[in-house]
Amino acid sequence: MKNLEMLNIKNIIIKLILIILFYFISSFMLEQGIIPPHIESNMFFIGINIILAVSLNLINGFTGQFSLGHAGFMALGAYASAAVTSIYGKDFVFGILAAAVITAIAGLIIGIPTLRLKGDYLAIATLGFAEIIKVLLENYEKFGGAAGMSDIPFYTTWPWLYFSVIITIVLISNFIKSYQGRACIAIREDEIAAEAMGVNTTYYKVLAFVIGATFAGIAGALYANRIYYIKPGDFSFMKSIDILVMVVFGGIGSVSGAVVGTLILAVISTALQDAMEYRMLIYAFILAIIMIYRPQGILGKNGFKSIKRRVRKLFKKEEKANASIKG
Amino acid sequence: MEGFVQQLINGVSLGSIYALIALGYTMVYGIINLINFAHGDVYMVGAYVGFYLTTSMGLGFIPSLILSMVVCALLGVVIEKLAYKPIRKSSRIAALTTAIAVSLILEYGMMAWVGAETKTFRSDLLPKTSISLFDGNVILEAKNIYIIAITIILMILLQFIVYKTKVGKSMRAVSQDKEAAELMGINSDRTISFTFAIGSALAGAAGVMVGAYYNSIHPLMGMAPGLKAFIAAVIGGIGIIPGAVFGGFFLGIIETFVSFAGASTYKDAVAFLILIVILIIKPSGLLGKNVKEKV
Amino acid sequence: MPVLKVKDLTKSFGGIVAVSNISMEVEKGQIAGVIGPNGAGKTTLFNLLTGIYKPTSGEVEYNLDRKVTTRQLKPYKTAAYGISRTFQNIRLFKEMTVLENVLIGYHNNFNYSVFSSFFRLPGFLKGERKAREEALELLKVMGLYNKKDELAKNLPYGEQRKLEIARALATKPQVLLLDEPAAGMNPQETNELTQLIRKLRKDFNLTIILIEHDMSLVMDICEKIFVFDYGKLIAKGTPLEVQNNPEVIKAYLGEEEEHATA
Repeated sequence: MKNLEMLNIKNIIIKLILIILFYFISSFMLEQGIIPPHIESNMFFIGINIILAVSLNLINGFTGQFSLGHAGFMALGAYASAAVTSIYGKDFVFGILAAAVITAIAGLIIGIPTLRLKGDYLAIATLGFAEIIKVLLENYEKFGGAAGMSDIPFYTTWPWLYFSVIITIVLISNFIKSYQGRACIAIREDEIAAEAMGVNTTYYKVLAFVIGATFAGIAGALYANRIYYIKPGDFSFMKSIDILVMVVFGGIGSVSGAVVGTLILAVISTALQDAMEYRMLIYAFILAIIMIYRPQGILGKNGFKSIKRRVRKLFKKEEKANASIKG
Repeated sequence: MEGFVQQLINGVSLGSIYALIALGYTMVYGIINLINFAHGDVYMVGAYVGFYLTTSMGLGFIPSLILSMVVCALLGVVIEKLAYKPIRKSSRIAALTTAIAVSLILEYGMMAWVGAETKTFRSDLLPKTSISLFDGNVILEAKNIYIIAITIILMILLQFIVYKTKVGKSMRAVSQDKEAAELMGINSDRTISFTFAIGSALAGAAGVMVGAYYNSIHPLMGMAPGLKAFIAAVIGGIGIIPGAVFGGFFLGIIETFVSFAGASTYKDAVAFLILIVILIIKPSGLLGKNVKEKV
Repeated sequence: MPVLKVKDLTKSFGGIVAVSNISMEVEKGQIAGVIGPNGAGKTTLFNLLTGIYKPTSGEVEYNLDRKVTTRQLKPYKTAAYGISRTFQNIRLFKEMTVLENVLIGYHNNFNYSVFSSFFRLPGFLKGERKAREEALELLKVMGLYNKKDELAKNLPYGEQRKLEIARALATKPQVLLLDEPAAGMNPQETNELTQLIRKLRKDFNLTIILIEHDMSLVMDICEKIFVFDYGKLIAKGTPLEVQNNPEVIKAYLGEEEEHATA
């Protein structure tokens, strides 16, 4: 088997064509004003939420570490980019870079001590860190304190958003299919067995955590430079819950699940945007029902693969039935 | 010196509230290993029930307090039966997520039902008298004495129930070893329900007292105290009843002094920092024993 | 030089002594058996041998490519040192495929970077190809090749046990610890397992230590047997020696045997 055969070139080319095609279509529609403004704005926020959901899924879904503080990393990324582009007047590239670096470091600092904790303690500790970040930002007058920062330059254009989402999905999907990604999944499945097979569980938990945090930071940067005005209250525990619902709903442990979950919930969210209480109530009921009746989420632990597998099995059964009739 | 005493009094009042709520967390965690995220919202419901009873029904403070405790006890049992019993065998993450869902349902359900605006309690529920100490530098309000006294009474009651009654013995048995307790003929389902009932009743009492003391309530009022009460329970040692009491007063006093020192906007961060430090250094809590897990 | 030397090993949890004063030696290439009634401390021994527990006193010493002692024995390092194991209660990665389970066994043999993973660079491609080729060979040897894309949780019980062994072999061990490999197997499966273990010892140059309750398997293939009871090592020797040891008979059958021979 040659190296290149491992790549399944045909598949990649098809996906590439689809991605670029969709990009041109969407760009065209946006430029021509075919898309009404509130849908356009939704597209951007859906994109940002997809990055948040896919990155949280890496930590919670694939590695099985319950992080409840994802909004904290988004906050760091948002403020980092806002500061770099607004206060220091640099280009967007530097804003995003700053966001990525700062959240990566934060992920390391927070991850190393907390990832030793188990289950719900880890959850509360990450929640605690996110709240600490929020409080620190509320008290930092240079960034506007609780009132927040405004006049952030609008840099998040459609190309930036679109390709950030694509890159996030591609990189994280690739990571999952590598030996490091498999190690993370093994940790979720059975930590003791994983260790017995040589997996340094602390290292991989922190790795997944840092990668997840970094992408959340990038999502934060895209958010800040789109919405023009940010305040610490935007990144509260409620935001972490929002992202958690997207991940849990779509499917713990499948990238496609996180994307689908985000899309469906975006529809619900938009339909109910004037009735915040009802939106939260529906979210909460969805969470509870999924936890009780289908904890693996809509697409389950294997995402589209499980659907493909079931379809394949259905065809096999039909073949066998046909064969026995003929024979 | 006077400032110190004044803040100590305030801290003990605040600590009483945290301790009452923390007891519910710790008892539930002790018996089914679940962080009942919705517990802080039961406290909120207690406040609203008290509001309704005192405002619309014109009841006095003590009757409202007792009735609210009963309602909250029922609420706790219902929540356990509907939401937590089905996921008893699931992972801790599924359990915690369900608890978060229940919390949201209570918060936003209340918001949708009665509105998100703050409501004001009757201000004549607690006596307005106060005693002046140290030449007027320290004010000991009757309100404070009421809260601390009621808290102490409730805790003595709790102590009596846990150590001197049959149900209390069941609670202790199921906390230690559920299967062994069941083999001895204890109905663990009923014991668990009872635990939820007591914990929720205490939270409800705290809610009414806070409403009467601070006068304003709103649907999200349970979030911060709920989280802090949980932190208090962990500080003292989650699953240990005296730990919740200790942790509650400890956190209440520290928070009051942090505010007094001029850093009140940081008080939440301080609470979380203490939590993280404890979880990393001594997760069994300040009053807890170091029990190593057997693989 | 024995491959494994256990010196006066004791492990207690609070007031409970799980194993006390265990001294044993296993030579290179041997198949050794650990037997004893339930609760005698056998799995505790395995956990001590793989770094999951730290001894209360005493030492574990391996003489492999390098000398490894208790101090260096961290659970995730044992595979790198050449020590691998299976578990009494089957700890497979249920939601991963058969092939993926074995690839986890190869974990220490991968060396491409995270960057390489993100962008599917040649390092990733080469590493994955090599690993998959080796893993598939291993699956062929264990008779699991046809099920390579099946989810581990969907395998029948006997194949799950075989998969656990395949996964352990993927770590390229020199010492293989098998915890009740024949549990739940019928006589025919046990027979196949016996042949398999002998074959694996030869083909992979292994030293094998197994915990077992199935006496036919143990007496058949073990060259040395260690008998545990109440946390103590009450007998060691060849199968014949152990079978005739009165202490062993007493432990398994109780006091009546003693009275019968008196």
